[in-house]
Amino acid sequence: MSAPRTYDRPVAIVSWASFETPSEPARNEVEMLLPVLQDALGRVGMTQRDIGFTVSGSSDYLQGFPFAFVGALDAVGPWPPIRESHVEMDGAFALYEAVEVLQHGDVDTALVYAFARPSRGELDRTLSIQLDPYAVAPLWPDARGLAGLQAQAMRDSGRFGDVPDVPPTTVADGAAALVLAVGDRATALTKTPVWIRGMDHRIEPASLGVRDLTTSPSVETAAGNVGVKDVDAAWLHVLYPHQELLLRSALGLNGARVDAKAGPMMVGGLERFAAAAAGISSGGAKRAVVHATSGPCLQQNLVALLEGVA
Amino acid sequence: MPGLVREAAKRALDDAGMTWADIDAVVIGKAPDMFEGVMMPELFLADALGATGKPMMRVHTAGSVGGSTAIAASHLVASGAHRRVLVVCFEKQSESNATWALSIRLPFTGGNVTGAGGYFAPVIRAYMRRANAPDHIGIKVAVKDRLNALKNPYAHLNLPDISEEQVRESPMLWDPIRYLETCPSSDGACAIVLADEDTANAAPNPPAWIHGTAWRSEPTMGAGRDVVNPHAGRDCAKDLYSQAGITDPRRDIDCAEVYVPFSWYEPMWMENLGFTDEGAGWKMVDDGSTSLDGDLPVNPSGGVLSSNPIGASGLIRFAESALQVRGMAGEHQVDGARRALGHAYGGGAQFFAMWIVGSEQP
Repeated sequence: MSAPRTYDRPVAIVSWASFETPSEPARNEVEMLLPVLQDALGRVGMTQRDIGFTVSGSSDYLQGFPFAFVGALDAVGPWPPIRESHVEMDGAFALYEAVEVLQHGDVDTALVYAFARPSRGELDRTLSIQLDPYAVAPLWPDARGLAGLQAQAMRDSGRFGDVPDVPPTTVADGAAALVLAVGDRATALTKTPVWIRGMDHRIEPASLGVRDLTTSPSVETAAGNVGVKDVDAAWLHVLYPHQELLLRSALGLNGARVDAKAGPMMVGGLERFAAAAAGISSGGAKRAVVHATSGPCLQQNLVALLEGVA
Repeated sequence: MPGLVREAAKRALDDAGMTWADIDAVVIGKAPDMFEGVMMPELFLADALGATGKPMMRVHTAGSVGGSTAIAASHLVASGAHRRVLVVCFEKQSESNATWALSIRLPFTGGNVTGAGGYFAPVIRAYMRRANAPDHIGIKVAVKDRLNALKNPYAHLNLPDISEEQVRESPMLWDPIRYLETCPSSDGACAIVLADEDTANAAPNPPAWIHGTAWRSEPTMGAGRDVVNPHAGRDCAKDLYSQAGITDPRRDIDCAEVYVPFSWYEPMWMENLGFTDEGAGWKMVDDGSTSLDGDLPVNPSGGVLSSNPIGASGLIRFAESALQVRGMAGEHQVDGARRALGHAYGGGAQFFAMWIVGSEQP
């Protein structure tokens, strides 16, 4: 394996905000997102006009009609017109795109956000629509049921000790936003930038039958590429408790303090970056790994290495 | 769906002299998931695209997504993250009713299920009035693009008998947009391989070099917004031309693949893209400038009016512009094309993505 890549232009998280509630009854996506964006920008004295690139993550199926990101963009106030893109993925993957765009050299700052209101539907059933539409989805296996297969496979392997039962799928509404800046711009914006030292993500096949659900080759590859070692803390995106055991093993987390959480679907991964940034900037951790996941049974995983001021 | 995307990807790999193993990352784009009824279909398509063990990203920026996907992927190469990135966009419109999926309810509006045509018809009316454009311009574009499509084996529509009379007599769908002035609902996919300098120089076929990329977004609604000649489109073109060193787009660009889902959008985008003065776009159509033998051939491939797998339509514009400067466009090749524009727009014309490709390395 080659040495972990180092960024030509170091990127730091300089601000963040997030909001989460079991069920947001009244406000729509734009109304829910607006204070989160204003909070994240306001903490570093910025407005949208100071942002070079804006990118978001969301899913139409959680909104219940097409073009969720289009309406949400009103929360940003994209006027005059902005450089902007969107991934139909967890916001953590939007963060990955922003870090790459910042390597380009033409922009120095980025705003990344994610939002979702899954409480309005039946999340367990909605996630069935992610499965192979020809062979699997018509059987409507729900997300919790698939997680149960994974937990049982882990139990059967005998490698994980006591494997917890699978609780109901976490349903939460919320939003998260992060502000990124490059090099000197980051240090000018905050005394405690949280540097992104590396990021990588990998996907596995959708068919559960061809995967060994008790291992996570995608996490292992991504962690190897990023160079995850000697971390003192980990913020993991864990949708069901048994997945924490699997991730601890795949990431080789020996003594590191672990903070594991699901969060709102599509927001949860990005929220892990916000939580890690908060933990690191306050001095609670020096060097940490952050993880985000997507798809059934940890199909797609993103791993990042974050560091505070040396 | 897996067959659709894999066929396009395989042909792009063959063109690049590569196998699946040569690809470092896959970036996939498509318009709303509800068109096919699969949430985040990249998850189940990972296998068909040889993405196992690789990074895979999914872009969705409405109709501009094909362009945005190529731009997002180009950043992965430019940043040094990867050397060879497979970019795939698709739509399988036959799985659903696009007009329903495109009839979203905006705040304070009724849901009248008129689709994209219903949204854009009043905008076109506004253009016609503002520019004093004669009625036949849209008809001319509709005929020109369908004649161009006859030279493109991958075009969906094949209408050898197309004539101005036939377009004029076709049913009025959303006044002033007639049936034959609108795009079809298509199934399709498009794939390209983006690579770094060394890989491109070693490729078996001539590469198209990216001279610039730009994207811009503006609000769906707003008091300052000009939906006929959007600020975001003008800014996007300006940024793009400055990256590519283009001072006079009409002179410096040899041909353009422009996102024209309704015939009238050709003259409108000619103005927005700075190829002519505001109010004069329709004259470029009328005097034949945008025909295959004109001074700025627009949509030699037949354009969106001849094939519209929505999520792929933008990438098809980008890929067709690349084919032109590679000299590989076959029967619809523009002679001596050295620099070409690929253009995509989406939503209510508030999202734009564009690139300039050239036969020469910048």
